[in-house]
Amino acid sequence: MSHTTDTAGAGAGPMLAADGTPLKRSLNRALRRQKLRALMLIAPLLLFVLLTFIAPIADMLFRSVENQIVSDTLPETVETLSDWDHTTQAPPSETVYEALYFDMFVAAEAKEHTRLGGRLNYEMSGLSSLIRSSGRSLDDLGDDYLDALEAIDPAWGEGAFWFELMSGEGEAAEEVITARRRAVAQMTGDRLGGDTGFAPSAEIAALLPRTTRAYSDFAVFTALVDGDVVAEEDPWESVYVGLALDLQQADVSGYAGPGGDALRAAQADLDSLPLMPLSQFFDEEVDADWNDPEVWAVIQTYSPRYTTGYFLNAVDLQLTPDGVATRPERESIYIMLFKRTLFMSLTITLSCILLGYPVAWLLANLPSSKANLLMILVLLPFWTSLLVRTSAWKVMLQQQGVINDVLVWLGLVADNDRLVMINNQFGTIVAMTHILLPFMILPLYSVMQGIPPSYLRAAKSLGATNWTAFWRVYFPQSVPGIGAGSILVFILAIGYYITPEIVGGTTGTFISNRIAYHISSSLNWGLAAALGAILLAVVLLLYWAYDRIVGIDNVKLG
Amino acid sequence: MAETSDSGAFVAFERVQKSYDGETLVVKDLNLTMPKGEFLTMLGPSGSGKTTCLMMLAGFETATYGEIKLAGQPINNIPPHKRGIGMVFQNYALFPHMTVAENLSFPLEVRKMSKSAREAKIKRALGMVQMGAFAGRRPAQLSGGQQQRIALARALVFEPELVLMDEPLGALDKQLREHMQFEITRLAHDLGITTVYVTHDQTEALTMSDRVAVFNDGRIQQLAPPDQLYEEPENSFVAQFIGENNTLEGVIKSISGNTCEVQLDGGEVISARPVNVTEVGQRTRVSIRPERVEMDKSRLQEGAHTLKAEVLEFVYMGDIFRTRLRVAGNTDFVMKTRNAPDQVRLQKGQQIEIGWLPDDCRALDA
Repeated sequence: MSHTTDTAGAGAGPMLAADGTPLKRSLNRALRRQKLRALMLIAPLLLFVLLTFIAPIADMLFRSVENQIVSDTLPETVETLSDWDHTTQAPPSETVYEALYFDMFVAAEAKEHTRLGGRLNYEMSGLSSLIRSSGRSLDDLGDDYLDALEAIDPAWGEGAFWFELMSGEGEAAEEVITARRRAVAQMTGDRLGGDTGFAPSAEIAALLPRTTRAYSDFAVFTALVDGDVVAEEDPWESVYVGLALDLQQADVSGYAGPGGDALRAAQADLDSLPLMPLSQFFDEEVDADWNDPEVWAVIQTYSPRYTTGYFLNAVDLQLTPDGVATRPERESIYIMLFKRTLFMSLTITLSCILLGYPVAWLLANLPSSKANLLMILVLLPFWTSLLVRTSAWKVMLQQQGVINDVLVWLGLVADNDRLVMINNQFGTIVAMTHILLPFMILPLYSVMQGIPPSYLRAAKSLGATNWTAFWRVYFPQSVPGIGAGSILVFILAIGYYITPEIVGGTTGTFISNRIAYHISSSLNWGLAAALGAILLAVVLLLYWAYDRIVGIDNVKLG
Repeated sequence: MAETSDSGAFVAFERVQKSYDGETLVVKDLNLTMPKGEFLTMLGPSGSGKTTCLMMLAGFETATYGEIKLAGQPINNIPPHKRGIGMVFQNYALFPHMTVAENLSFPLEVRKMSKSAREAKIKRALGMVQMGAFAGRRPAQLSGGQQQRIALARALVFEPELVLMDEPLGALDKQLREHMQFEITRLAHDLGITTVYVTHDQTEALTMSDRVAVFNDGRIQQLAPPDQLYEEPENSFVAQFIGENNTLEGVIKSISGNTCEVQLDGGEVISARPVNVTEVGQRTRVSIRPERVEMDKSRLQEGAHTLKAEVLEFVYMGDIFRTRLRVAGNTDFVMKTRNAPDQVRLQKGQQIEIGWLPDDCRALDA
């Protein structure tokens, strides 16, 4: 039986198992349980890593290019502005100002305009206050129009009348209210589910588009954000502005729906309203900066949903309407900070090698009782708080500190000429070398422990002096340990934050301190993310270079 | 004592003692001289001090007391790298980050030899161990036997007059080990090198050496050529340690010249050659090699003592038969008989009589 199976398997086709199924499938089935069990065992960790490590990193990387806030907050403005040519040095057309008015009004009601101001302020200072103050001024125009409209017909001041007018008769334009609901939802980031209880009639939507848009925004907000009944509330001021604009163009003479008479009366007496183009309104009543083409250029440049602006900022460049430009000298700090971070991390790594190598050698070569004691001394820093260790260096290194006191007492340094060893690069390098030293010693030690003493003996028996034996035989074999320690120390150092923050002063801070500043103080998370992404890329690049030059196989952690 | 005054000795240990902790002596009063060109093996169980002696000679350990001389010069204060002694280590200690050629080049480079001279020597040394084709390999790419050859070539490439080997064949399988034993002795004799070889494998010691020093408890128990060591052990440790050995315990009844009578603990009396027993009444261990035990009475001397024996086990080993017997209360008494066509195959439980020549039976210390 088994003989025939064998011959069949050895002949044509795949190898078969005893029961005639292909051997591969049979093997897979046999191993599936094992694989599944292995997967289940690592599942908690995998999930944990995904949730707490991979996902946040991916989110931060995404933030470094994400720029949806401009087009979400000012959707129509961005759309109409796309045709504008910034090179003319003229402010955009009336259409853009109209879109800005209605977009901004909703944003101001939703209090989203301040966020937009904050975002645009990173690119041009002053925009934050411009947008915030503009948000407050928008009501004025509508109030003026309302006063005039009420003089024509008091019904214009009643919410119920407006509701009746806008609801109209016949077919409802559901798509208008749906679109507005979606736009508001995108701006606020809420889902905005539920029923608004309002839909403009198709006739009114076609006749009075701006009014319909403004009223729909109002209806969505009133019903879904505030939770009120639309018909019972007085409409927003923007609705009056929309009506005034629509009445200047629409012909309402043939409109037979509810409120038709009031509409015709308003149109007939339109001149009693203090009409003015919105461009003029923004220029004269809101802020003359809205007449500045540069402001519009910034909005236009940052209107796409994704931008390279953060990354350009992170390398001391800036995105202008004309393309990429260098930043002025006094604003360029990041390239310098990156260079300093790299230089200091390399210096720290090198100091760790120089200080750690002899200790690791002793650890690997002393009799075990003494080596254990030494190992405890090496590990001791791990049992002490990082802050305590760093603060201790402050005590040691400051001008009235222990080291300076001793030097003065010994007469090596004059009392009025004490050394400055803290709040500068020196202090950061000293403190961080101390803190990162165990990360160098431990891999070195584990590699050195694996080098049998017979190699040194062999070298000496072959005629090598102690130094030659060390340098040509022992040292090359300890290089994997140096490699592992250096990678550990360097990568830890390049992203270090607390120690430079405490002892670095202004000249000893790292790029990570700047990232922290943008995360917690300036709240420019996009720039922080871009800086972080660049840091990550630099580390990966160095890792790659290390692999090419030394070979990552040559790294041994034990 | 006579040996220490031998001015022709190439290597000499004079009253050497070694202690690591200041409390116990690992090497106790070692005296040893070696003429040039000799192959000497230090044999002994682990902890007997043989490796310590080798390390003292190489310079990795310092003698606590006494003097070690090389070519007449005291070398106690000469650092290892100036002694010019080649050494082969137990785990070969080939430098893993260098190729075979670089490994061999190392001792020549530190001696500041020119490149052409180095290449010629490396080529010759690799040729000596038939590894010429492997110069570009790294040690990790070689098999154990090949690594062993390279280690040997490296120890020889700078042409030392003295080569030390610390259990160099310990990691090889049996067949390769036997082959390497032959190669090493051939090379040592061809090149006329003085060799000190440390091992715990007695077969290796017997087959390779000119002389064997048996170490135990920090002392040389016996220093003799292999045949003498095997056939004429001077004390019961050597008799036990070298080869297979049967021991019967008893008391000396009488001594006269080259023979003595021993009353075994079981009551039987046998005659033996007194080796290190001096007085009547002294306890003794009588040693007989298994292959010298005879069960064929026609091959024994006239009037030889015979003993009754019971067959406990009969093992067929191909070339020989190994029979375990109960003799005078000893149940581990072994007799080896040649697998000849007429040889009797014994049955378990069979009662036989055995005997031996008095000269093969040595009365040693108890």
